[in-house]
Amino acid sequence: MSILKFLGKRLVLSIFVLFGLSLLIFTISRVLPGDPVRMALGPRAPEWAVENMRAQMHLDKPLYAQYYYWLSEALHGDLGQSLFTRRPVVQDIKEFLPATLELALFAGVIMALFGILLGAVAGRYSNTWIDNSVRIFSYVGVVTPSFVFAILFLLLFGYILRWFPTAGRLSPGIVRPPVITGMVTLDSLLTGHFAALGDALWHMVLPAVSLALGGMAQEARITRSTISDNLRKDYIASAKGFGVPEWLVTLKYLLKPSLIPTVSILGLDFASLLGNAFLVELIFNWPGFSRYGINAMLRKDLNAVAAVVMVLGVVFIIVNILVDLIVAWLDPRIRLGAERGK
Amino acid sequence: MPKINNPMLKRRIEALKKGWYKFSKNPVSVVGLFFVLAVAFIAAFAPYIAPYPQHAGRFVNFAEASQPPSWKHLCGTDVFGRDILSRIFFGFRYSLMMGVVVLLLVVPPGVVLGLIAGYYRGTWIDTVIMRITDVFLAVPPLILALAVCSVLTPSVFNAMMAVSLMWWPWYTRLVYGLASSLRNEFFVQAAEVAGASRAHILFREILPNCVSSIFTKMSLDMGWVILIGSSLSFVGLGAQPPTPDLGTMVADGAKYLPNQWWIAIFPALAIMITVLGFNLIGDGFRDLFALEET
Repeated sequence: MSILKFLGKRLVLSIFVLFGLSLLIFTISRVLPGDPVRMALGPRAPEWAVENMRAQMHLDKPLYAQYYYWLSEALHGDLGQSLFTRRPVVQDIKEFLPATLELALFAGVIMALFGILLGAVAGRYSNTWIDNSVRIFSYVGVVTPSFVFAILFLLLFGYILRWFPTAGRLSPGIVRPPVITGMVTLDSLLTGHFAALGDALWHMVLPAVSLALGGMAQEARITRSTISDNLRKDYIASAKGFGVPEWLVTLKYLLKPSLIPTVSILGLDFASLLGNAFLVELIFNWPGFSRYGINAMLRKDLNAVAAVVMVLGVVFIIVNILVDLIVAWLDPRIRLGAERGK
Repeated sequence: MPKINNPMLKRRIEALKKGWYKFSKNPVSVVGLFFVLAVAFIAAFAPYIAPYPQHAGRFVNFAEASQPPSWKHLCGTDVFGRDILSRIFFGFRYSLMMGVVVLLLVVPPGVVLGLIAGYYRGTWIDTVIMRITDVFLAVPPLILALAVCSVLTPSVFNAMMAVSLMWWPWYTRLVYGLASSLRNEFFVQAAEVAGASRAHILFREILPNCVSSIFTKMSLDMGWVILIGSSLSFVGLGAQPPTPDLGTMVADGAKYLPNQWWIAIFPALAIMITVLGFNLIGDGFRDLFALEET
């Protein structure tokens, strides 16, 4: 199957997935006990104002009609008004999403890079002191909730040692570069504000590392176990027997096929990273999408919750397609199987 | 011991004995087993071994509030004067219950769906199962669990239901990847040619080759589920005070860092020890299966 055909097929399927997700989140968000409009307007608002707003949001209609209105408005780029910020949700998303994407991508790169590196080294030198140190590190990483990492890092490196800033995206004295993408690092790179770039990266270190450690430990574990398994396989022995250089054996015959389970899990680990961002952004006061999302959930802000989930769905579908492409490249059997099965 | 005549059963029992022998030779897994058994024992007998069992629920004693660890209170007391060690003992109950209930509900359907979808890779069955899985996987499980919990009344039970609803696709996706690779192996093709039934191929040819990965994942997941449960409580959408939930205790204690560090640190350590125990056992399983494979 060619890449283009694969992509086309995945895009069509993604639309169905998003449709399913919209049904799921709509169902979840509309079984709310209590009256969200009353909550938004406060107990003192007159009854007619509540009725007006309810009619405006189509909450007085039956559920299937509500879904129809919600979906058709969403397809026209209107995700409704946030009951709490009283602004269009789309405007809120535009403001908050880039900050979270920036943080999550930075954390994701740290996670994948160091996870695979640590796992590969540990698997290659299994049962040595290197392996044991990586093992201890990955145990600590896997068993510690990311909010505990966040709290500890904030205390230790933020308040006690004062190596890193404790909140926000930029220091007070630094001028924010003109907004192009909304990601401060990318904007400052594009416009040549290198002081802002350094400062923004500096602010990202603690939250990104708190987010990355859990997944990193997971990647390291899985990479290590596959590599130490594959190391005993006959094809490695025969490659060595044919006199293939050690580094080529390691990279091409050992590492490449060993990454299949790691990469399949990578997409899911990125997902749990995005989930943990909900807590970590709260702790580091990161003005991002996840903090917006968790506040919307705690306040039962219908439109905002639905929009947050849908947007994360789109982000995650893109990540999943990338993961599938990489796995297909790593394991040609999967591609062959897909064609034969048709 | 009664004599066993069924040769299949005999072989199983011998394999189990052999497995246990190898498992018990691995110091890592024995340590893990020790942690898990200790936590389970403490959880089961918490009312009898906790120094101050009445501190688990509604209890206030401001005369002994916020005391650092001492012989009287080994892990100190919180701002209400409750003994933290006693509350941790009861907290283990909620953590274990969360992990066990969620995995019991989630693993069987997840694995079966993954096997079927992987075996029928490329057909409409694959498409239907995996697209439904994708809908649930389209958003991080913690976020959907948060969304579900924010709608429901926050409680331990609702948190377990919310996490279960979001967790099965992880198994479907894992087994799907393995099964779709395995279905092209010679032994599966041989079974197909020999006319074995679909059920035989799925459960006797493909499933046994996935078991080591499933067990490794379950051991990790016992931990992950406990962590997610504690995250829900940390935000206030899981267990409600005065329930002695470890996540809630960390969240409460975080407000008093760094001066009264013991309020948050000991419950955090308790979470980590529980999760660590399951991880070590999982590693033991993994090494065990690797030995069997060669």
